[in-house]
Amino acid sequence: MWKKWSCQVPKGYCRSNKYVHRTTKMKIVIIDYGAGNIQSIKFAFQRLGYEAILSKDAEEIMAADKVIFPGVGEASSAMKKLRESKLDGVIPKLNQPVLGICLGMQLMCNSSEEGSTQGLGIFDVEVVKFSKEVKVPQIGWNQITNLKSGLFKNVKEKEHVYLVHSFYAPLCGETIAEAEYGLGYSAALKKDNFYGTQFHPEKSSEVGERILENFLEIGN
Amino acid sequence: MLTKRIIPCLDIKNGRTVKGINFVDLRDAGDPVELAEIYARTGADELVFLDISATEERRRTLADLVLRVAEKVNIPFTVGGGISSVEDVDILLHNGADKVSINSSAVKNPQLINELVAKFGSQCIVVAIDAKQMDGEWMVHLVGGKIPTALNLFTWAKEVEDRGAGEILFTSMDHDGTKDGFANEALSKLSTELNIPIIASGGAGNMQHFTDTFIKGKADAALAASVFHFKEIEIKDLKEELKKNNIPVRL
Repeated sequence: MWKKWSCQVPKGYCRSNKYVHRTTKMKIVIIDYGAGNIQSIKFAFQRLGYEAILSKDAEEIMAADKVIFPGVGEASSAMKKLRESKLDGVIPKLNQPVLGICLGMQLMCNSSEEGSTQGLGIFDVEVVKFSKEVKVPQIGWNQITNLKSGLFKNVKEKEHVYLVHSFYAPLCGETIAEAEYGLGYSAALKKDNFYGTQFHPEKSSEVGERILENFLEIGN
Repeated sequence: MLTKRIIPCLDIKNGRTVKGINFVDLRDAGDPVELAEIYARTGADELVFLDISATEERRRTLADLVLRVAEKVNIPFTVGGGISSVEDVDILLHNGADKVSINSSAVKNPQLINELVAKFGSQCIVVAIDAKQMDGEWMVHLVGGKIPTALNLFTWAKEVEDRGAGEILFTSMDHDGTKDGFANEALSKLSTELNIPIIASGGAGNMQHFTDTFIKGKADAALAASVFHFKEIEIKDLKEELKKNNIPVRL
C-alpha cells in the first residue's frame, strides 16, 4: 500500500515522486463482470496509494468498504453480463458507498434507451440518446457545474472532466453535477450510498483523482 | 462546454519512441511512458501511440507498453498501428487503452469496424484515414500514404460512420510533414457531412494552424507530433492562444 508523500498542498496536487506506506487499509472492490476498463481504474487507485481488488464474487463485493461499478460498451450486453454474474440482485442491496462510472452509472438508472435496457433502478431516471444536433458520441473534456455532495469536495465549479458517451441521464432530483452538451444533463448522480459519474474520474487528470479520493473518504 | 482537444502523437517502434525527441528533461529519451507522463502533466488532453514496428513480437511489446502507460498516465490514450482483429483490440483495451485506432485493416475488411463496435462499443473505435488529392479528388491511401486505393475520402468516411466508428482521425498526406497548416477545407467538409468527432492530423507548424483547423476546419481535436516533441510549441502556450481566439480549451 503506497501513498504519495503528504505535502501541504490540496490532495491531488501533490506532485512529489516520493511514496510512503499508507497506514489505513481500505478494501476497495472493482466489480469485474467483463464490461469495463477495469485496469485503468485499478491503476488510478494505485496512483493514489490504494490497492483495489477485481472481483465478481458476491460475498467479496458485499464485504468491501468501497465498491466501484465500472462499465464501457453497449448497455444491453453489459446488463446481460451483469445478470449472468448474478450481480444485478447484489448491487442494489449494497450498504457501503458504491460508485458507478460511465456505463456503470447508466445501468444504475431505471432504464436505458440503448438496446431498450432495463436498469437496476437505483437512480430514478431514464437514460436517453443525445440528439443529432450534436456530434455523437461526445468525446473529450467538458465542464461540470452545480456541484453538490462530498464527492466534489475541493473541486471547483467548471472544472474539466473526461467524458465519452452517446447516451445521458437527464437532469433530475438525484443530479449532483451537471454538464452541458446541446442541453444540460447529469454528469453525476447520488442516492443514499450510491454515487454515479458519467465522466471517467480515472482518466480526468488531477480533478478525477481528487474525486476518487473524495469517494474513498465518504464514511460507510 | 466541450473543449477542443490537443493530442500529441508518439510514434513507437519496438516499444520505444522514434522520430527525434528533443526533450532535454527526459531521463530516457526513448521511453514512451516518461514522455507520456510529461505530456499529461503539461496539458495534453489525450495521447495517441502509433506503433510502426514490423517484428514478430510486435503484439506483445505493444500490449506491454499499453499496460505501462495505463499504470502511469491519468489522461485517455489511443493506440494504433497494425491492429487487425478483435483479439488485438481485446488485449489492448484490457490492458488499459481507452481507444484503438484501425486504418488499413478497416479498408481491407470494412466489416471489422462493425465487429469491433458490436463487441467494444463505438466510443473506443477510432478509424484513421490517410488521404491525398489526386487530380483534385481526395483519395484514401494505405501504408502511410504509399499505396493509393480506389476509395474517395468522403465516401469512405461516411461508410466508417455508418458502420459505427466513434471517431475519425484524418491525416492529409499532402500536408503531413509540411508544417504548412492542416487540410482545413477537407476537414470542414468531413465535419459538416458527418456527425462523429473528427481529429485533424498532418501539417501543424505553428499556433495559428491550430486556431485555423478549429475554426476553418471545424475539427474537434488536433493531433501533432514534431511541433510538440521538439518543443516548437508548448501545449500550455498553445491553449492560451486558442483561448484568446475564443476556442474552448481545458486550461
